[in-house]
Amino acid sequence: MSIDKDTAARVAKLARIKVEDDALPALAQEFNAILGFIEELNEVDVEGVEPMTSVTPQRLKRRVDGVTDGNQQEAVLKNAPDAREGFFAVPKVVE
Amino acid sequence: MTELNKLTIADARDGMRKGDFTSSEITEACLTEIDGAGALNAFVHGTADIAREQATAADARIKAGDAPDMCGIPLGIKDLFCTKGVPSQAASRILEGFKPEYESTITSQLFDAGSVMLGKLNMDEFAMGSSNETSVYGDVVNPWRREGSDAKITPGGSSGGSASAVAADLCLAATGTDTGGSIRQPAAFTGITGIKPTYGRCSRWGVVAFASSLDQAGPMTKTVRDSAIMLQAMSGHDAKDSTSADLAVPDFEAALTGDIRGKKIGIPKEYHMDGMPAEIEALWANGREMLKDAGAEIVDISLPHTKYALPAYYVIAPAEASSNLARYDGVRYGHRATLGAGDAIDDMYEKTRAEGFGAEVQRRVMVGTYVLSAGFYDAYYNRARRVRTLIKQDFENVFNAGVDAILTPATPSSAFGLGEMKNADPVQMYLNDVFTVTVNMAGLPGVAVPAGLDSQGLPLGLQLIGRPWEEGDLLNHAYVLEKAAGFVSKPGKWW
Repeated sequence: MSIDKDTAARVAKLARIKVEDDALPALAQEFNAILGFIEELNEVDVEGVEPMTSVTPQRLKRRVDGVTDGNQQEAVLKNAPDAREGFFAVPKVVE
Repeated sequence: MTELNKLTIADARDGMRKGDFTSSEITEACLTEIDGAGALNAFVHGTADIAREQATAADARIKAGDAPDMCGIPLGIKDLFCTKGVPSQAASRILEGFKPEYESTITSQLFDAGSVMLGKLNMDEFAMGSSNETSVYGDVVNPWRREGSDAKITPGGSSGGSASAVAADLCLAATGTDTGGSIRQPAAFTGITGIKPTYGRCSRWGVVAFASSLDQAGPMTKTVRDSAIMLQAMSGHDAKDSTSADLAVPDFEAALTGDIRGKKIGIPKEYHMDGMPAEIEALWANGREMLKDAGAEIVDISLPHTKYALPAYYVIAPAEASSNLARYDGVRYGHRATLGAGDAIDDMYEKTRAEGFGAEVQRRVMVGTYVLSAGFYDAYYNRARRVRTLIKQDFENVFNAGVDAILTPATPSSAFGLGEMKNADPVQMYLNDVFTVTVNMAGLPGVAVPAGLDSQGLPLGLQLIGRPWEEGDLLNHAYVLEKAAGFVSKPGKWW
């Protein structure tokens, strides 16, 4: 599996990271080095092996689906780059 | 007065209780050392005011009697831990200016026990790195140098600031986190002790997430006893982390009996790597002899899937990271890029993340995005998770065969020079974690113990891997190794 410039651009888009066109070939090359390393996994016989979901064999605990916290608007917005009138502000999403 | 910043946790605890010195005095000694250690770049956000306040409160508590072991102990806190009202950036530009409105469970527990926070410690950005060269704060410098050289050496990563600060006696101990070796590799590179406990032993709540199924916090300390004391205070069930184990926390310090007679120590043949320096092989052989002399039985074991742990890690960790780091979008906290006229919300995300994340973080997020993307999910991500099952089974098999602990080198080399790996391909850097990453993949406890110096005068460490939830027994093995190795060297002060 070899990653070309277009694939690198597609992955960058999916990851929502802006990568300039002239940086794409180097990025594709780095991906290829890493993926080449990962290819070693194809040597392993994984037939019938379950993919791991939890490293410790414990059942997730259940809890009552109740409100435990709230009324913290100020604290929630405290670190926002742009907060107005009690909301997070972002660029216009719909025309 | 002795230099109080050089105390161990155990000696500080005992001395404060006897009234030999106060927490305020130790704290001042540490703050003075930190002021003089700018060249190491270990502390990146000082919290002297908080420290003095906490030390005063600790002194009152100790005086009143009945103070916990960690009361009055000045610590450094890795920047990955959210600390209320104090910058917590994960060494990333994207969290510039972020001051959490809450306290991580681990730091809460430490502060409730009376510990003192001296400041926040440098690290690799989002804990992604093995040399502390990916930090927005700049490189951390190891207090150790090669003999006869003043070249700057890496303290390892990602908990490089923690390692450097403890090795240089800027604090009595520090918190670290370990996703693939980020406590144990820097501990080995700086001649200190560090333990990654069993996955689920310490709460991850309020610790900036890298790879949630692998991340565990742990102590980085000057001695094995100190690791036992500090781990005790960091451990325990937390309803806010659904993966934290609802198990009683045993008395880890009480487990340090120094008696390992009849214990079975496994030596995994797959850890003899091609091209491993002879010094590392010799160190490992010495470790075997030390444990044997202490009455343990040494057995050869096989962990056949060892070789695949690192490639599987480099699927699973980036996959989880790409998901975890999706939250950095420039909306709720941290950095937001300056937008041009007509920039839409996707431009905001893309520009913010391009500006906010460093090169290594971007690389891993994108690799993770790729292995999770339609058409590749099975081939990469699910295959890696299957391999992870096999890696864990390897360990289960040897533990079921009666092995109590596994002895390996901690790292494939001693610390390298800062900048020396700058032009290497990323995979070369990843190989640093070859002996430590298996432990995260299997969720086991692992501890790095300083065991000697190499021919350049740099520290080398051995790793012991234990059964799940048996940190006490594991630390006891480490304690025996520590006593036998008698590692007392300290870096000469040049900073």
